[in-house]
Parts: sequence; structure tokens; C-alpha cells
Amino acid sequence: MKKNDKILLDHGSGGKISHAMIEEMMLPVFDNPILAQLNDGAEIKVGDERLAFSTDSYVVDPIFFPGGNIGDLAVNGTVNDLAMSGAVPMFLSVGLIIEEGFPAADLNVILCQMGLAAKKAVVLVVTGDTKVVPRGAADKIFINTSGIGRIPDGVQISGHRARPGDKILLSGTLADHGIAILTSREGMRFDSPVISDTAALNHLVQRMLAVDRDIHVLRDPTRGGLGTTLNEIAGQSKVGIHIAEERIPIKPDVAALCELLGFDPLYIANEGKLIAVISPDHADAVLAVLRADPLGKDACIIGEVVQTPAGRVILQTRIGGTRIVDMLTGEQLPRIC
Amino acid sequence: MSIKHLEEYRDPELARRLIDRIQSISSKSVGTKSVRLMEVCGTHTVSIFRSGIRSVLPDGISLVSGPGCPVCVTDQSDIDAFIAISRMDHVIVATFGDLIRVPGTDSSLQSERAGGRDIRVVYSALDALNIAKQHPDKRVVFLGVGFETTAPTIAASILTANFAGLTNYLVYSAHKTVPPALEVLVNAPDVHIDGLILPGHVSVILGSNAYMFLKTVHRKPCVIAGFEPVDILHAVSSLLSQIHAGKPELDNAYPRAVTPEGNPKAISVMDAVFEPVDAAWRGLGTIPRGGLKIREAYARFDAAIQFDIQVPEPVIPNGCACGDILKGIKIPPECALYKKRCTPVDPVGPCMVSSEGTCAAYYRYVSNL
Repeated sequence: MKKNDKILLDHGSGGKISHAMIEEMMLPVFDNPILAQLNDGAEIKVGDERLAFSTDSYVVDPIFFPGGNIGDLAVNGTVNDLAMSGAVPMFLSVGLIIEEGFPAADLNVILCQMGLAAKKAVVLVVTGDTKVVPRGAADKIFINTSGIGRIPDGVQISGHRARPGDKILLSGTLADHGIAILTSREGMRFDSPVISDTAALNHLVQRMLAVDRDIHVLRDPTRGGLGTTLNEIAGQSKVGIHIAEERIPIKPDVAALCELLGFDPLYIANEGKLIAVISPDHADAVLAVLRADPLGKDACIIGEVVQTPAGRVILQTRIGGTRIVDMLTGEQLPRIC
Repeated sequence: MSIKHLEEYRDPELARRLIDRIQSISSKSVGTKSVRLMEVCGTHTVSIFRSGIRSVLPDGISLVSGPGCPVCVTDQSDIDAFIAISRMDHVIVATFGDLIRVPGTDSSLQSERAGGRDIRVVYSALDALNIAKQHPDKRVVFLGVGFETTAPTIAASILTANFAGLTNYLVYSAHKTVPPALEVLVNAPDVHIDGLILPGHVSVILGSNAYMFLKTVHRKPCVIAGFEPVDILHAVSSLLSQIHAGKPELDNAYPRAVTPEGNPKAISVMDAVFEPVDAAWRGLGTIPRGGLKIREAYARFDAAIQFDIQVPEPVIPNGCACGDILKGIKIPPECALYKKRCTPVDPVGPCMVSSEGTCAAYYRYVSNL
């Protein structure tokens, strides 16, 4: 970054400019091989145990939205970050930053939903912190959650492990969360039926691991969406990725709203979906497990890993043409999670 | 809500048949020169790239992107004026999202917003009007950028403000009009275009008759097209047939939305508030009657009149080929800055930053590997 640059909303987009900031400003300062892996959760060794450790902050606007609120989103989000390393999430911390004057009743609803989400995911909230800041110093409520989970023996999931020939699985429809948030914002006035897909995916991941211990890559395509996540995998594994537009499931209402608002669903956030890169021998078995679960009922094999062009994601369009899918550049929707 | 009706315009089978037809007409013209077709509108450009249409066309047919990206053709002095307005005290700037990142001579709206200026992204001028109602102590300036597609709603916002007696709502009009720019393009000696895909949205307002001069005076094959892959393939097929037969037409291939007369109500609202003015287009220079200014009767809503706007002497960045790219003379990879000094993260010219810009579309959708 140049001397007089300011931090822009783009720096929080999860796209290209966020990655550049992490590489230029953070990796050199916190220089260590665990962080340098840049997976959703860090993998740390304590004695013989392999643990996954992850953190995430939630600033979603509005705090209540169809399908959830900032509380269950904060629990599910960190649970999912842990689950994407194959870990069984165990313990969470919760940090609350609350604006002076925030209604206690709303806080109560948020906390109750966090409790329910933790129960559903089978994790314990074991430590926490609360700060209240003067009116205007924060917008309503921000939540940070961190989590620790145990990685089962033999599980080696990493963004570096995609190999040519591997299949790319997507667990369900794209863009539900982002569009649910956007259309529930003040000023949009859409009578939208779209609800967020926020959900904990850890149980689903364990069921997938039961049929394929050697899942190569798992990612949840949150900020930056499918397009950005696939680019991350292609970059980390130094492979190409081919996907077919017609195989990517999108609900008709979500597709319509994306059309209307000019958004590309490939870059819209999801909060209850995963991408799995699986060896071709196991892809069908994992797909069957996904489809048997309510959280994966719309799962599809959307493409495969290829040798070249390394670092690139290529989309075959519905009319049979091809184009690249680049990483998101610029902020598409601020405060989506 | 459903977009089921759009599915047929994306139907792979229908697309396949059109591609076959294009190939068949194209092969009949073997030996003749290659054909250059211009899609005038930025929405077409994005649709063409997103659906991979270029990759399915036979060799010898090239689609060239034109000047139909409103942000891209906005003159540097207007961008600098937007920034100058955003720096004024007690002002809220309301703008379409596309303008936020466009670099001015020494700043951008994005930078000004990060520096604490009140700049809000809206989806319609009517949202800006609501902001003005909610903030009677501030002056709310809507940045009016766009073609005949957006101008009527912005005109309607001024009429509404006038009717409601709102005194703190203003518009800076940098609107452009499409037919005069097409006239300039087809007359330009350095622009070689064999046929035009005309903009669908603008045509909904203006009607197909607005382009009759292209057929009668300039004998240019033209098609008004919708924005789905099948629409665009149909347009290419129609243009090739016209070129092959040597019979230029004005083909309305978007009759589900475009009539010969257009939308008279929208036109009358636009005419009530705006009048044609000679306007500076980035890359194309000053186009006679190529822009819209607010009529004197509504001068109190005109930010260009109500504010004393001081802008720096505009500096067009050295080497930026946006001008030639907007005329279809160059393609982005032929610009020395493309993907080097100029990227969507750190854009030099507006064609790289607008979602409808040709450079952004190349960057996002075309692999150079």
C-alpha cells in the first residue's frame, strides 16, 4: 500500500484487494508457516492432537434477516470455518461489541439464537467478553467468535491439495444469503421470499469424511462467493478449474433478483454451503451423502480440476462458450456477514 | 417473482441453431473481408463476455465494443466536478455505485468517502429524493450519469422535488444522448464498423424510429437487440444476412420491449426537464447535442449552476487508450497500461472500473493465457 492510502470498503471484500492486504501487510508482520497456509482455519499441533483454530467477526446489516440473525450467523460461521479443515468443532468464544442504547430484548433474542445454534452444532461457548461503546461508535452490535476443534486422524484437508482429475462438488444453491441480506435492507423494499442459508455444516462434513477420509479440499464460499473461493483453490494448488454454468444450482427467485440488481451470483456470499474437491473415485459416494442430507439436497458436481491453465477458473457457459471466472475485484456488498 | 420467460432466451438448443446459421452465412462469404460488428451498449458487452459469445463465433467475425457505457464516456472534468461537490460542506452526494471508484484527476469518490465525506450509493434518483427529505439541513446532490434510459427517472425526480417544494435537492447532469454519438461514430474516418447492435434499453425509451438515419442516410446494417445470449446471436445473424445481401435494414429484434415510437410518457418527462446541449464525451470529443442539461425553468435544481465548482485542469493519464477503445479502434490488450498499471483494483481509466466498461470486461472474462 502507498503512504497516503486509506482503508477502503474494498479491503474487507474478501476479494483481490483483501488478499493483497493480507499478503502485503499481515503475513510479513505475523510471519509463521501456520498462518501462511491461508486456510479457513489454522491447523496447530498440541502434543499428538491436531487442532483447528479459527476466528471471524460479524458486522452484518441488518442484524435480523430472513432465515437468521447476527447471533446464529456468528456461531455457524466459525463452526463452518473449523469444519472446512475437517475438524470436529468443540469450543467457541464470543466477543460482543454493543452500541449504547441497544434494546435489551434484541440482545436477548440474539443470545438465545446463538445458544440454539451452538446446541445444534454441538459446540460449547466457554468464554466471552462484552464491551459497550458510546452511541455512534459502533452500529448496533458486532460479534466476534473464535473456535477450536479437533481434526480426526488421517484427515488432510487443505487448499493446496486439489489435483488434476479431482471433481468439484457444490453442496447446494448459490447466493441465498447475500440476496436475503440485500433485499431485507432498508430502502430496497423488495417483498422477497429469499431466506438466508445460514447453517452449521460440521455434521455434514463428518458424514462426508465417513465415506471419503481423503477429501482434498473443503471451503465454504462466503464473502467473495464461489468465484473467489475457486480462484483461491486454483491459486493455492497451482491447478486449473473447469466448471459448467448449467450445473450450478441457483433458486429461480435468487436468479431473478440477481438479474434485477445486476449482481453475478458467482460472487455473492453463502453461509451454509460448501465446495469439496474430491478424487474422482470417491466423488459419487460423497455426492450421495450430500444429497441424502437436507443441507446438501441440491448438491451437484459442477466441474473438475485440470492441469492448465494453472491458477485459472474457466466457466463453460450455457450456450457452449467459455470464459474465465476471476476473483472478485472490489466490494460487491459491504456488511454481508 | 420468476424469470422463467428469460430461460428461452438462454436456451442452449436455440443458441446452437443460431450459431449454425451464423456459421453457414459466414462460410458463404468466404474470401470476403472480415466483418466488424459493434455492440454499442455496455450491457451488451457484459452479456457477450459473460455468455462466452465471442468464443463461439466463426473466425472473421469480430464484435467490437462501443461507447455505450455511461460512466466510461463521462468527461474527466465532470468526474472532477463530482469530487469537488463531495468535498463541499453540508452536502450529501447520492450516486449510482458505478461512479464510486472512477479516478478523477487527484481523487475518487471512494477516497473522499473513506476520508469522511457523505457519499451514498443509491439505486434510483427517487432514493436520493428521500434522502433530501430526511435531511432538510443538508443539500443532497444526485450525480446524473446515464443515457436516455436513466434520464427520464432523474427528470421525474426533479419534477417531484419541484411539486413537493423541496429546496435542498439538486442534480448534476452529465447525461448523454445516444443517437448523436452514433452519428459521430459512423462518420469517423478512423472507425471501421460493418454493422451495429443497437442498445435495447435506450430503444425502449426512444423507439426504433430514432435510428432511421443510420439506414437511410448512412446505409449501415442495424439491429436493436435484447440482452440475452439468444437475442445477441440473433442480432449477429441478422447483421450478417443484411451485409451478405447488401441490404442495410433497421431490424427491431427486441419487439417484446421496443416499439417504433418508444415510450412517449418518458420522453415527455425528459423533454420537460432537460434540453439537448453540446457535450464532451470522453474519447469522442464534443458531440453536438450529445448531452442533456437542465432547462432554465428548473435551474434551482441544477448543481452546476447553484454551486461554484472549481475543478483542476483535467489530466488524461499518459498512455490510457480509453478514447480509442470507446470508438472500437483499439481493444484493451492493445493499451500499454492494460493489466499493468491499470487494473480493477487500481484503475487508471473509467473503462477499467465501470462494471460495463470494455477493459473491465476483458480483464474479468478473457484469459490471455
